[in-house]
Amino acid sequence: MLAVNVFLWLVVAALGLMTAMRGTDLFRGSLRASTIEFLQQLPRIALGVVGSGFIADAMPQDLIVPWIGPQSGMLGVAIATLGGACTSGGPVVGFSIAAAALKAGGGAPQVIAYVTAWSLFSIQRLIGWEIPLMPPRVVLLRAAVSVPLPFLAAATAMLISKP
Amino acid sequence: MPPKSRRKPFDWSTAVILTISAVSGLTVYLREGSEQFFSIFRSDLLLFGNMLPKMLAGCLIGGFVTLLLPRELVARWVGAESGLLGLLIATATAAVLPGGPFTIYPVAGAFLGVGADAGTAIAFITSWMVLGYNRALVWELPFFGGDFVIWRIVVCLPLPFLAGMLGRAAIRAFTLRMESPS
Repeated sequence: MLAVNVFLWLVVAALGLMTAMRGTDLFRGSLRASTIEFLQQLPRIALGVVGSGFIADAMPQDLIVPWIGPQSGMLGVAIATLGGACTSGGPVVGFSIAAAALKAGGGAPQVIAYVTAWSLFSIQRLIGWEIPLMPPRVVLLRAAVSVPLPFLAAATAMLISKP
Repeated sequence: MPPKSRRKPFDWSTAVILTISAVSGLTVYLREGSEQFFSIFRSDLLLFGNMLPKMLAGCLIGGFVTLLLPRELVARWVGAESGLLGLLIATATAAVLPGGPFTIYPVAGAFLGVGADAGTAIAFITSWMVLGYNRALVWELPFFGGDFVIWRIVVCLPLPFLAGMLGRAAIRAFTLRMESPS
């Protein structure tokens, strides 16, 4: 964990230096905007992290395990994929639900299918960013070719079992 | 550029999570007692504390990269004639490119604008979505731990490449037209 922090802050320092060399005003403005974004994200993250622990504990395990448990097979993967595609919200929402499902007895390949599907299809990201910034035809094609990907990821995960 | 003011600290999806969390917390408290409730609460707070420095770093990296990224250069590497190497470069670039949607989509759009094919753009976006290290380090790692994250990334490694190939195959098979409108 410490190594990750050191790495990330070294990257921050290097990029910050490069930005500062382009101009101090640019550096200050960027620093300000990034800090504001961080502060805006704080309540959501606090809620996601604290909430996911309670959700995992309160989740009815006798419901999670048969639906997306390790024995649920490809049907469980399909259910998880559908759930992931229907989850809207930022990284906190998706990862906290996935972590809660894993803690409550969900199978690892099924959780991977969930995370992958959510990463690929999150409606909020599609509407908020991708459609405004990309040609709609490309967005449509990307979504279409992405349909098999969560299943492939889960199938690979079943083959290469978790270390 | 998209309006940044869209990102309010609280929105309806947050409200949903808040409601579910509150109901779950209450359930835990009533069913398992205050000791279990506070034990979960403490470990979650610890997790949150661990995330803070990484999150701040992630936000700063995203901000700096948006300013620094030589978009024209990246686009040159993955032009329309780039073939399989282009897909590979697009996948690798997006995986190591820090920042959020505000860096990724403008770059993907720039690819198309300078003549990269839609397959390359698809590989690029998919790679950011499933392999992006920034999201994995900042968001995923604290929730899941290193073993799980590394395993998931290994499993997902071929996906962007595959999506790009499928995209190209679909364009050829149905003779789709994918020009950028700009």
